[in-house]
Amino acid sequence: MRPFTYERPADVRSAVAAAAGRPDAAYLGGGTNLVDLMRLGVATPRTLVDVTRISSRAIEETGGGLLIGAGVRNGDLAADPLVRRAQPLLARAVLEGASGQIRNMATVAGNLLQRTRCPYFQDVTKPCNKRLPGSGCPARTGDHRNLAILGHSEHCVATHPSDMAVALAALDALVHVEGPGGARTVPMPGLHRLPGDEPDRDTVLAPGELITAVEVPHLPFAARSRYRKVRDRASFAFAVVSVAAALDVAGGVVRDCRIALGGVAHAPWRAEAAEAALRGAAATPEEFARAADAELARSSPLPRNAFKAPLLRNVLVRTLTDLAEPAGFAESEPVETP
Amino acid sequence: MKTEARPSVGAALERVEGVEKVTGRARYAYENFPDELAYAVPVQATVARGTVLAADVDAVVRLPGVIAAVWHGNAPRLAPADNAELAVLQSDRVSYRGQYVAVVVAETLQCAREAARLLRIDYDAEPHDVELRADHPEMYRPDRVNAGYPADTELGDPDAALAAAPVLVDATYRTPAEHNNPMEPHATVAVWSGDGLTLHDSTQGVSALRETIAPLFGMPPENVRVISPHVGGGFGSKGAALPPVVLAALAAKHAGRPVKLAVTRQQMFAVTGYRTPTIQRVRLGADTGGRLTAIVHEAFEQSSRLREFAEQTTTPTRVMYAAPDRRTAHRLVRLDVPTPAWMRAPGEAPGMFALESAMDELAVACGIDPVELRIRNEPAAEPESGLPFSSRNLVACLREGARRFGWAGRDPTPAARTRGRMLVGTGVAASTYPVYRRPSRASARCDPDDRFTVRIAAADIGTGARTILTQVAADALRVTPDRVRVEVGDTALPAASLAGGSAGTASWGTAVVRACEALLEELDRRGGDVPAEGLEATADTAEEVGEQPEYARHAFGAQFAEVGVDLDTGEARVLRLLGVFAAGRIVNPVTARSQFVGGMTMGMSMALLEESVMDHEFGDYLNHDLAQYHVPTAMDLPDVQAYWIEEDDPHLNPLGAKGIGEIGIVGTAAAVANAVHHATGVRVRDLPIRLDKLVR
Repeated sequence: MRPFTYERPADVRSAVAAAAGRPDAAYLGGGTNLVDLMRLGVATPRTLVDVTRISSRAIEETGGGLLIGAGVRNGDLAADPLVRRAQPLLARAVLEGASGQIRNMATVAGNLLQRTRCPYFQDVTKPCNKRLPGSGCPARTGDHRNLAILGHSEHCVATHPSDMAVALAALDALVHVEGPGGARTVPMPGLHRLPGDEPDRDTVLAPGELITAVEVPHLPFAARSRYRKVRDRASFAFAVVSVAAALDVAGGVVRDCRIALGGVAHAPWRAEAAEAALRGAAATPEEFARAADAELARSSPLPRNAFKAPLLRNVLVRTLTDLAEPAGFAESEPVETP
Repeated sequence: MKTEARPSVGAALERVEGVEKVTGRARYAYENFPDELAYAVPVQATVARGTVLAADVDAVVRLPGVIAAVWHGNAPRLAPADNAELAVLQSDRVSYRGQYVAVVVAETLQCAREAARLLRIDYDAEPHDVELRADHPEMYRPDRVNAGYPADTELGDPDAALAAAPVLVDATYRTPAEHNNPMEPHATVAVWSGDGLTLHDSTQGVSALRETIAPLFGMPPENVRVISPHVGGGFGSKGAALPPVVLAALAAKHAGRPVKLAVTRQQMFAVTGYRTPTIQRVRLGADTGGRLTAIVHEAFEQSSRLREFAEQTTTPTRVMYAAPDRRTAHRLVRLDVPTPAWMRAPGEAPGMFALESAMDELAVACGIDPVELRIRNEPAAEPESGLPFSSRNLVACLREGARRFGWAGRDPTPAARTRGRMLVGTGVAASTYPVYRRPSRASARCDPDDRFTVRIAAADIGTGARTILTQVAADALRVTPDRVRVEVGDTALPAASLAGGSAGTASWGTAVVRACEALLEELDRRGGDVPAEGLEATADTAEEVGEQPEYARHAFGAQFAEVGVDLDTGEARVLRLLGVFAAGRIVNPVTARSQFVGGMTMGMSMALLEESVMDHEFGDYLNHDLAQYHVPTAMDLPDVQAYWIEEDDPHLNPLGAKGIGEIGIVGTAAAVANAVHHATGVRVRDLPIRLDKLVR
């Protein structure tokens, strides 16, 4: 293994100072992804700045929503009564991810900043523009079954693997960041980038910036929301595609909606075209299909993931149809899967 | 001193080493720490075909903590091996991506890993060919296929019979490459002392491993001791000697230090074998009543440049159904790929997916219930050999399974049942596995405290072998099992066959029974007196096994599956899986149930999840970890049940037992695929059945 220094600063300010100006430093949260990547040789930080003890593990009600500390473990987040009551979509998305053991370790900030599971990115014996800019993207002609159909570039077709981030993108979350240049907030979606010609950059965070909290504004129609994850294995598998949706229907007409997609792009994908098509439209399967088609019009599937387009269309229509059912939609408690 | 005890065979004796295992005291290969231990980390080829031009070993041996760096340029010479895979670091040729081309030995694992990463190796890469195609110009007929069967068989005129058949099924099925993933990856601790070599290894057969390793290092087998008391699963992948164990011994010899080598999960996708992908064409001719008139089953498979391993994919078709005109065939192509090897039920598992899918297609074509179709084609004797079956209870398994599963009244119409947003269907398939028995030796000893010790170099790879041999010995000695201690997994014990071919119980059980009988005879001769130094008897079953009369000996079974397929997403999940097996006498119902359920779970996994994806550009199996290569979670199989029909078969062995380690996987994938067809109307002929093949 490659030697690295391990630092455990006393507070957020010292953590940021420890990482400032050192592009080879990495913040360590639960380590469920970073440590794996270090073992694989994909991540090679010279300095690990452990922020698990200084990151807030509090979940608080603010005037307009919930403020979730960056160090809250995923398992605690999904089990929190406030979250389950006020933001069931978020709780559901978290519970659909990983396994119980991993959720007990992984933090909110770490979940947002996990890297793609593209097989080429994780194999240092192969080229990958995300890992080694300019080396090429073998996934485009190789195995891209699980990779992007929206917003990809000739340089990268990776997908962002998080379930939680898809819910946060639907919920207009705000990511609180502390950095060498001071504090700021970054809206979701917007934290994660599309690959363009810089696929090595997953997010808009500047070097040394540290996520301190995630703020989730109150959503009046949060009770009518759903996270639907499609996967190859019943548990402990990344999304082939996923949909986070919330619907506000009155008199058979969509007043408002939130739709974000997972497993289809380099970032959690806010389905703005579908949302625009739906606002003011009749809450019918026909209109839902029209909205799905509006979103899919922006997609460019590759040969081995072309199935994701009809799959996504089906899942969108089904999820929205279920949400629109006036009587049929009986929401149950978020359930934990092993 | 003898006591009459109630029979132990058939009782649910708890795993005798269970407490040792759950308390962490059971020592596995990796957990041995001899003095002066060093760590070996292999380096794998990053080209799929070519030559190694240079390895900068001098640069890495200068790193602090590095003891040695070995490549073919400085490796100790090995004697020529029949299996070229074992000529580790003996030539500059690279035959597949991931092949071991060097090894670094260092004081710590961390240091060895870093040095292995830094070791610069230059290659002359050549274009590679890693794609299995049925029309590959280099396809050939191997002389024999795995387990010694002929590659091709033919009876009558199958082509004419097919041409004349009123009903014809002609379909091509594909199974992907699949990799064994036992919980415990392969690991070796190699210790040289003088001319002797001790290997703590995770292996399915210490005796066979010794016989393979010793000549490579120019030694008689007695100079090699292999110790393997506990093994965390194998499924065949730890059956034959593999490059890692040779590399560990070679590195230890070169470094002059005991060496520990642990194969990583990722390396297991290159160097520890896998199930070959198959392309299988099955043609069934039948009359309108579903009686088969012709069966033709042809398989196309791959092997590596290094070694011919030809999976015996169509051999179950030689056993299953009656038909006068028939042909089976195997064709093989050697590619720039890792060497395939044994994976639970090699031959039967992929072969029966094809045959039993085709039988389901025939049932649909004839409008006959698939259980009834199989019963109508039940042969009176083994179809190709004409030999009588020692026992065959496939029909009983089908009927008992149908009764337990609730098959009666099944509407055969496909895509006609929903439950919520799920299409639901049921499917059935038959299963079979041969009864093998191999020569083994064993000893039985009595001490003056009236305790017995049975010794045999068998392997308990998690199956419960140690437990059931305790039961077998207790009955043979007519004592309770608590007075018997069974020692396995060490070449210091009497040599035994390996844990493979579902033959452990029959092979080792015979030897244990004969050793115990010999001990009792000797005790009788002495009037029951045990001398102070104890009394020991041995047995060797070579003669008994060699002289067994000719019968067709096979276990049979039937699996029933209920599958739900999401209407929107095509996600297929097995809701219920039920198997009934006829496998002779069941020695221990608890460990037996685990074998059947484990096998069926693996079959479900074969049906829906497992696929090693060959990367055509780079020539390796791409999804080389458990996040990408899916094996099932508990949620993938909420309801799995195994039952059996007791058989009283006098033609097997003293236990009357058939093997049960592999039959559970056989047939299961077809039962699931047939249920998917019943649920959706879509016939998926290439595994695994993932949602992209069903979403509309």
